[in-house]
Amino acid sequence: MQDERDVLLGLYRQMVLIRRFEEASAKAYSQGKIGGFLHLYIGQEACAVGALAALEKRDYVVTTYRDHAQALIRGTSARACMAEMFGKVTGCSKGLGGSMHFFDAENRMLGGHGIVGGHVPLAAGAAFASKYRGDGAVAVCFFGEGSATIGAFSEALNLAALWKLPIVFICENNEYSMGTPLERSLAVADVSQKALSVGIERDRFRCTDVLEVRDRVAVAVKRAREKNEPTLIEALTYRYRGHSMSDPGKYRTQDEIEARKKDDPIARAEASLRGMGASDDELAKINASVEAEVEDCVKFADESAEPDESLIEAFNYA
Amino acid sequence: MRELRYREALREAMAEEMERDERVFIMGEEVGHYQGAYKVTEGLLARFGEKRVIDTPIAEEGFAGIAVGAAMVGLRPIVEFMTWNFSAVAFDQILSHASKLRQMSGGQFTVPIVFRGPNGAAKQTGAQHSHAMETFYAQIPGIKVVVPATVADAKGLMKAAIRDENPVLVLEDERLYGTKGEVPDGDHVAPFGVAAVRRAGEDVTLATWGKMLLPCLDAAEQLAKGGGPSCEVIDLRTLRPLDHHTVVESVRKTGRLVVVHEAWPYGGPGAELVDRVQREAFDALDAPVLRCTGRDASMPYNKKLEDLTIPDAKTVLAAVRAVMAY
Ligand SMILES: Cc1ncc(C[n+]2csc(CCOP(=O)(O)OP(=O)(O)O)c2C)c(N)n1
Ligand SMILES: [Mg+2]
Repeated sequence: MQDERDVLLGLYRQMVLIRRFEEASAKAYSQGKIGGFLHLYIGQEACAVGALAALEKRDYVVTTYRDHAQALIRGTSARACMAEMFGKVTGCSKGLGGSMHFFDAENRMLGGHGIVGGHVPLAAGAAFASKYRGDGAVAVCFFGEGSATIGAFSEALNLAALWKLPIVFICENNEYSMGTPLERSLAVADVSQKALSVGIERDRFRCTDVLEVRDRVAVAVKRAREKNEPTLIEALTYRYRGHSMSDPGKYRTQDEIEARKKDDPIARAEASLRGMGASDDELAKINASVEAEVEDCVKFADESAEPDESLIEAFNYA
Repeated sequence: MRELRYREALREAMAEEMERDERVFIMGEEVGHYQGAYKVTEGLLARFGEKRVIDTPIAEEGFAGIAVGAAMVGLRPIVEFMTWNFSAVAFDQILSHASKLRQMSGGQFTVPIVFRGPNGAAKQTGAQHSHAMETFYAQIPGIKVVVPATVADAKGLMKAAIRDENPVLVLEDERLYGTKGEVPDGDHVAPFGVAAVRRAGEDVTLATWGKMLLPCLDAAEQLAKGGGPSCEVIDLRTLRPLDHHTVVESVRKTGRLVVVHEAWPYGGPGAELVDRVQREAFDALDAPVLRCTGRDASMPYNKKLEDLTIPDAKTVLAAVRAVMAY
């Protein structure tokens, strides 16, 4: 078995990669190299990193438009991710999808999706296919608490429970859906309670400690894989940046953001690693290698070719 | 006359109608505290309070349906879709409920409601956020579809929409929100079903709506400067009712027609217009009617490909040359 310290070093690197990658995307957006909507995951890293650490390669991942982290962790290269946002043909969706629509079939990343809640039934569909074939794959679906108020979510939750599908629903509750705080969108500010209405297991925890996230998601993944039982997890988290790059974020105070930053998952992992005896040198090396990877992916995206005009129609039909 | 921005004209229309009529209220995502995702409703919460400017959760089908129900029993809701793309989630409420209630109740219930928001491609927002939805809605008997292209119409057509006794869909455009134009003073209400000739011409008619008016006017101007054919540019303003008479009249003069729209080429109000014109002005046509439309594909994210997917002055010019060369 891999030593827990090495595991944490690996997860730490993933979290740092996501953060540096997204800081670089924010910069590229301000330079006009990335267009459209750009939603950053900064602050929420422990959620995707911990959850996906509990998965096997054969499992499926489906998420929202806030999708960079999930793709990067599933194994899509930083180059293919950055190139996608630059609209280049070397991107993971050939420059046709953009920031919100990262897809990677090989790594069973079934996409970033732009219609709030619309993707939740898709994830249940992947779980349905897995059960149909009996191949033991589990589907994990990420969504914001904004999805919890839309019909597609409720329907998928009931169907997954009714048909006993191997799925883990992970609601990333970051307290805001765009500018709307929880208390103005949910009658009961506890999304996990929705599990009660369909008789499935639930869990609810703060996403600060990446290893805890991994362990708690692993329980749900095991339940899905071994018993075909869905779980609804509410992962409490916080995004440091605006909803998207065009959001001035006037609906919350700087004090609130600063207070939340004290719970930073990367700082937390770093502290744990030091406790486990990791040296400055070791951590510095990881950070340097991430920086090199991010620098490389930006250069790659910059230098890559744009998709040809023929791609406008090329993929509309199989 | 005063100069306003398109978004201000929409806001002014809503505010004036809310002042006039207690039954009018606004409901939608981020319309209140956030001041509108595209700032169309900015300031309205402070002016009218939470009772009449209502922030909703992300629940399009639910709040569209609540508004339809409220309209059935006497209120006059304005429902904002953050963009028309998300109206697809509420499509059933519009198609199966709002549009049908009057007819299937034998005229007992009316649904005086406005659904509004930005429509069509914005800028690199990708395949799921770039729909020109009028193609779907203009099909439906029982609703009206309004597509203001100018600032004056943003105000006048919005006021008419709020006063109408039927469900009216106002399809605005993010790319027009910042445009400036003159708005008549006073209670400016624009009629439905009356197209406007935005530029007079002799040789070819361009019929269009919404933001595609801009590339049409641009192409017409370029041609005029270059000694090319003279274009008459018609802004349809409403797609249901659809004023094809103004287009037929123009075609009787020019003998040639190009219909320009952003939506996909398959069917839709553009094809409907072509059908009516060929029947009523067959004898006047010197060439087949051409259409210059969005490409028949889901919207690509890449900027260059997106630009190639949406009509612009260049593609309009090419269509004009083709119809002239026939
Ligand atoms: C059906 C639908 N309605 C509205 C939108 C516009 N929109 C995009 S993201 C968003 C907020 C979603 O918040 P949440 O689900 O909490 O996810 P978060 O962005 O916080 O990760 C809204 C309103 C949309 N994309 N789809
Ligand atoms: Mg949220």
